[in-house]
Amino acid sequence: MGSYVVSTKEEQQQMLKEIGMEKIEELFAQVPEEVKFKGTWKLPKGLSEIEVRTKMQEIAEKNKVFPHIFRGAGAYNHYIPSIVKAVTSKEEFVTAYTPYQAEISQGILQSIFEYQSMICELTGMDVSNASVYDGATAAAEAVAMCRERKKDKILISSTSNPEVVEVIRTYCYGNGMECQMVPQKQGHTDMEALEAMLTEDTAGFYVQEPNYYGILEDYDAMGQMVHRQKARYIMGCNPIALAVLKTPGEYGADIAVGEGQPLGMELGFGGPYLGFMASTKALMRRLPGRIVGETVDEQGRRTFVLTLQAREQHIRREKAGSNVCSNQAHCALTAAVYLSAMGADGLREAAKQSAARAHELQRALGNLGFSLKYPSCFFHEFVTESKVPSEIVVKALEERGYLGGLPLNEREILWCATEKNTKQEIKFLSEVLKEVCEAWN
Amino acid sequence: MELIFEKGAEGRHLSILPSCDAEQVEFGEFSRQTELRLPQVSENELSRHYTQLAERSYGVNNGFYPLGSCTMKYNPKVNEEAASFDGFTHIHPLQPEHTAQGCLEVFRLAEEALCEITGMDAMTFQPAAGAHGEFTGLLLIKAYHEKRGDSRRKKIIVPDSAHGTNPASAAMAGFEIVNIPSAPDGCVDLESLHKAVGEDTAGLMLTNPNTIGLFDKNILEITRIVHEAGGLNYYDGANLNAVMGLVRPGDMGFDVVHLNLHKTFSTPHGGGGPGSGPVGCKDFLEQFLPGKQVCGEDRLVSEKPDCSVGSVKAFNGNFLVVVKALAYILTLGNDGIQEASQNAVLNANYMAKKLEHIYDLPYGSHCMHEFVMSLEKLKQETKVSAMDVAKGLLDYGIHPPTMYFPLIVHEALMVEPTETESRETLDHAVKVFEKLWEQARQDGEKLHHAPVHAAVGRPDEVRAARQPVLRYQDSQTGK
Repeated sequence: MGSYVVSTKEEQQQMLKEIGMEKIEELFAQVPEEVKFKGTWKLPKGLSEIEVRTKMQEIAEKNKVFPHIFRGAGAYNHYIPSIVKAVTSKEEFVTAYTPYQAEISQGILQSIFEYQSMICELTGMDVSNASVYDGATAAAEAVAMCRERKKDKILISSTSNPEVVEVIRTYCYGNGMECQMVPQKQGHTDMEALEAMLTEDTAGFYVQEPNYYGILEDYDAMGQMVHRQKARYIMGCNPIALAVLKTPGEYGADIAVGEGQPLGMELGFGGPYLGFMASTKALMRRLPGRIVGETVDEQGRRTFVLTLQAREQHIRREKAGSNVCSNQAHCALTAAVYLSAMGADGLREAAKQSAARAHELQRALGNLGFSLKYPSCFFHEFVTESKVPSEIVVKALEERGYLGGLPLNEREILWCATEKNTKQEIKFLSEVLKEVCEAWN
Repeated sequence: MELIFEKGAEGRHLSILPSCDAEQVEFGEFSRQTELRLPQVSENELSRHYTQLAERSYGVNNGFYPLGSCTMKYNPKVNEEAASFDGFTHIHPLQPEHTAQGCLEVFRLAEEALCEITGMDAMTFQPAAGAHGEFTGLLLIKAYHEKRGDSRRKKIIVPDSAHGTNPASAAMAGFEIVNIPSAPDGCVDLESLHKAVGEDTAGLMLTNPNTIGLFDKNILEITRIVHEAGGLNYYDGANLNAVMGLVRPGDMGFDVVHLNLHKTFSTPHGGGGPGSGPVGCKDFLEQFLPGKQVCGEDRLVSEKPDCSVGSVKAFNGNFLVVVKALAYILTLGNDGIQEASQNAVLNANYMAKKLEHIYDLPYGSHCMHEFVMSLEKLKQETKVSAMDVAKGLLDYGIHPPTMYFPLIVHEALMVEPTETESRETLDHAVKVFEKLWEQARQDGEKLHHAPVHAAVGRPDEVRAARQPVLRYQDSQTGK
């Protein structure tokens, strides 16, 4: 078996002797006999490092790695610069705990402070926290931030990512807030319905930029409507899109959240990802989780420290606004390194190229009879409608090493492109689909 | 030290993307108006900046980290390597399942092993951290009572020695919290528990060994009292490293547990996360689990349980963290798991024994995987506090124990050495603790200003909270 225990059997015996014991079992004298496990453990036998590596490699090889990806829907295949992995795999970052001990954790604390600054820049908001688990939990935590004594209803646009909606609903099942879905019309939030559903007891409204279908909506008008009813405006954003699109700050949002995975994180079958959260100054003390602030030490030197802790569970216990303790700090570090590597120009370029490729893909698909379901301004995702069943389309692509768009139903597919996709890929994909269409007709 | 925003110069950048050969898209009224201010640095500057930050950080790889309740054991490198295989990192969460059989197998194998270790029947890997697991487990308890039509059960009982996340999670799940005091021996006070349970009891949250490092000998009676009152028992797995391969929460009468893969199962903490907080439960609760459960034999599929509470996170949880934990379990296997816990307990007892002649151990030196010292007397005599001693440790290159927790012990330092430390490391730490004790008696004033050899001294926390500076502002423009 493999082991990471340091002491040899002899050393263990000596140590036992020094504390007045003979056998290691004596250490567990406080454990009542009747609860001790008496059966036979059904765990596998331990393995050497080579065996473990081989076994894990075998498991990994049972997955199909798609060299060409045209699927998003909440997880995006962007390019990750080489420097990102090199920096983030430094052991000091990987193996540190939450930076409670500021004096020896200035590096981690500063990296989080820089991350918070970048998230504020991207979103146009005043304050960012140090991260939560992912974009969906960030949305759910934002909903809880909006609650007031007589306002405990949350409205969610039906144009939101269903994964996010389900998580918000589950959190609301816990805390007892009421969730209502605002219907959609042509891929947009139904404005008349929103107006009607906004009532005195509405705590907030959640909408996405771009929405689940890739579409950009009238966020100004929605924000004004929400604020007229003294409710709070939560926007869920794609962080790469924010390099070129109007920010939640510009739209007057109270809270901006989103999935930070596009900022340098692997697809990784869904995680670890990064939930970013930023708010106006007015809501600063309602933000969940860690926040790093700048201060000075006894000698007046610039010092970073976890702050505003009076909000948190270890101080407030059941009165805390959230239970967040561990977060996704290492993913926040990844995002900060990614954003530093890309810079503003690079990030804009990634955003523009993703959008340009998606539009190129849309035109190519349109020419083959996959019509655009919602003819609106979109970013890097869009929905097509076709006579050819979605499953047949996706299957044909899969056989050629292409992960096609996500089938939404029998005839509709949600496509995505990023700066990683090339003209050649789109050309090849079109050829495959042309064959599929011909065979179907 | 300068922020990355204060380094570099206008126009500096890396060369990542090629120029685009597709037609540009105009966003018109949707376009960003405000300037986007991100760092402008070369790759070399970027690399050195983070090397400097790494030098000002402290991980398990730097030295001893006896942070109680956090199980800062060594993070094996083969685990990291496995989690970086393309066959795991390049898998889209919405790929067709027949193309993600390896990922489902990871969940299957981890579930089998962890259910065996905990005595549970099913497990979800969707929760991303311990507190997230607590919230999830409490939703299961809530759904269970609701499905039986028992709407009176609104209260969760939490001992006063519990982690702060316990009551916070219970509140998030919509429960009222009943705090019960601990008995003088630090364990659950049975009389208080008897008084607290009733028709409104939804459940009890408990960690065993508890937060002072003792195994509650009355555990079977405790869980029986709650069951007889109609409640369920929740096991906070933060301290599982003490009893792996020896005792199973399922055999102690617990119905639902969460584990911290980033503690017990050796995955790194990453400066605060990501972790993974899988939740295991007995079979009667499986129907309520969030997300999807892996089923099938040769061809694996995943299915939403019938009465699922929903989803607590998008997709499948922190998958790559589960990969690391699985590599660890495969390495240790049956015997290794037991050996890990035995040595975690041995190291803690060894240190406690060596320290008891000077430091006050209010619950004795016989402990499980961690022990708590009270520096109350030292503080009365010398004005040197637990905080001062903790900060003094920093000058000797040792990460301090958990401070001021549990709340039931005054001037507490909670020490958890873990099994991956050598005897020399423990002996050295004991010597340092002794030295600090001496220093407290001879020149306590000095310790109030420790550390002196760290990158910075003690931060002005009051200023940080009263005049919050939470983001970079240009010193010239003030923006």
